[in-house]
Parts: sequence; C-alpha cells; structure tokens
Amino acid sequence: MFAAPFLEAMLTGVVTGVLIRYYMLKRDYRQYPSYPHGTTIHLAMAFIAAVIGSVAVPALMEKEFTAVTFLALAATQFREVRDMERMMLKNLDRANLVSRGVEYIEGIARVFEARNYLVMFTSLLVGGATYWGNVFYGLLVAFIAFLISRRLMGGKIVGEIARVRQGKVHFKGPNLFVEDIHFMNLGMESVKEKYLERALGVIIEPLDDNARATLANIGQRMAIAHDVATLLGLYKDVDTAEFTPILRRDLDTGRIGMIIVPIERDIEFLIEAVKRVPVLESAYRAPLKTNIGSKASD
Amino acid sequence: MELNKFILAIIALEPEKVGGCGAPIFYAVNKEEQDKIATTMARITEGVVHDLENGTYIIVKH
Repeated sequence: MFAAPFLEAMLTGVVTGVLIRYYMLKRDYRQYPSYPHGTTIHLAMAFIAAVIGSVAVPALMEKEFTAVTFLALAATQFREVRDMERMMLKNLDRANLVSRGVEYIEGIARVFEARNYLVMFTSLLVGGATYWGNVFYGLLVAFIAFLISRRLMGGKIVGEIARVRQGKVHFKGPNLFVEDIHFMNLGMESVKEKYLERALGVIIEPLDDNARATLANIGQRMAIAHDVATLLGLYKDVDTAEFTPILRRDLDTGRIGMIIVPIERDIEFLIEAVKRVPVLESAYRAPLKTNIGSKASD
Repeated sequence: MELNKFILAIIALEPEKVGGCGAPIFYAVNKEEQDKIATTMARITEGVVHDLENGTYIIVKH
C-alpha cells in the first residue's frame, strides 16, 4: 500500500502545506502576536491539515474511500480552532487597556480557521499533482497555491478606503473637540492641560459611501483604536479612564475623528498606523454595489 | 440595551443645584477643593470626571 509515489505525494504535500502556514503565520504577526507557543500550536494544526489534505487524492486513486472521510473530520477540528482562538482572545482582551472588540476577535478567529483550510487545499492539490505526475508538478502547484493564498490573505486596509490627516485638538469649555467633532466632556483642568500638551487628533475621511458605511461600524473603530494604541503606546492606566482613545463620527459628513494620548507623540507615524489598520471583514459594507444604495448616494 | 454608564458621585459647590439620592453627593467649599475631591474620587473609582458647567462635577463610570 505504501508505494513510493504515495509517500512522495504525502511528503511533498505535507512539507509545502506546513511551509505555507508558516509563511502566513509570519504575516500574521502584527494582527495577532503569536507567542512561541502560539506558533507551535498552529504549526501542529497545519501539519495535521497537510497530512489529511495530501493523502486525500492518492487514497482516492487507491480506492481507499474511507480516507476521504477524514476531510470531514478535519473540518470539525478546524472549527474548534476558531472557537479556541475566539475564547482565548476574548479572555485576553480583558487585560488590554484598549480592547480589541468582539468584531476584531471574530475576524482573527475566522482567519485562523480559513488558513487551515487553505493549508489543507494546498496539500490536497500538491499531493494530487505529485501523485499524478511527479515532484516537479507538485512544486509547480505549490507555487501557484502560494500565490493564491497570498492574494486571499491580503485584505483591505483603512488607508485604501479613507484619507487620513491630522486634526486640531481643542476645548470649548469642558468639551473636547478635534476640529468640529465633539468627543467628550472633561471636568478636570489638569486633564485638559495634559490633553492639550500630549494628545493627537486625526480625521479619517471616507473616500466613498462604501467606506463611510464601513467606518461607521463600531467594531471597526475599536479595531483602529486598539491597533494604534498598540503601535504608539498609550498614556493611560486603569485608573485614568479619561485617556482612553476615542473615535467619533461626524453625523453630517460621515467623517471619523480620533483622539489619542500616545506615548510616542509623532503624528506622521500615527497617521501611518491608522492607515495600516485592516478593514474588518465583518465591518465591510458596500451599499454602492446595490441599486438602491448607488441611486440614493447622488 | 444594557446600561453601562453610571454616575458614581456628584461633587457640587452649590447645594441647591443637586438633589435626589441617585448617587452620593459631596459638597466642596471652593473650586480647588472640588478639583481635589474629583481627582481622588476618579482615581479610586476608575471613573471620569465630567463638568456640567454649573459648578457641579459628576464622576461617571464608562
């Protein structure tokens, strides 16, 4: 049963599958810091996915149909990966000064599940190609799969759907504004002074109606606050809730204003950080793609 | 819709402007003392001080 082409197909499939997962994990880093053990868990998962994927086609050709049922088994397993990631991130989120938000966590968990499927399909195709042809065909398919998964991985970022620029932070009485967007009421003089001294304001202008609807999503705004706070540091602790970064929407124009008190007071990188925040899959809206939405917009 | 904002305390300069019993009321003799009480209370309760612009501060848990 373990003929040479069978082993060859499995080996090529498994190796390429795990390598592709490892490549995707590296790209993951900013979105979800994977600790050494997190990496191990996901590589182990990828290995299982790759093994199952790569045996599927040879098994079918050898008329070992039971082997294919393992694919279904694997799908259940990977749904558990999603649950595991979701649970863990939710638990960890309580320890964040600026929480990620449920939508962001859901997005990350979904990505983890999806990437395991990508690995499985890669291994399936590579294993099949190797078994049907030889290792050369396998590697060719692996390269194509690599290009496809790289494309599938790259989602949109905020910088592609909106213009980000600096906004002036100022007070009217106790009320805090960035340009004409109202944020909150702050009583203490000392807090106001700190804001005027250290805070940075940013205005995010959506490029079209799709972007306007996407940026209105609260989960998307929480994701922006979380990512920017992670990248620039936050002048805040649990007992100074007034320094929490806030994003508010200008009702008239759909612009989003953001106020943050960072540790690194550098507007250039703040804007860059905002631009690089991923657009959440669950927040993405496209009213312009419908008849009603596009007609209503003009 | 769950309620997730609470007035934890009121720090007032003028007693006639506050009343009821929803939250504890602290009376301050001047603005300086009011600021001091407000800061301390905010740190202890992890709340935020808001100014109602009539000489009354409220501490709100967000």
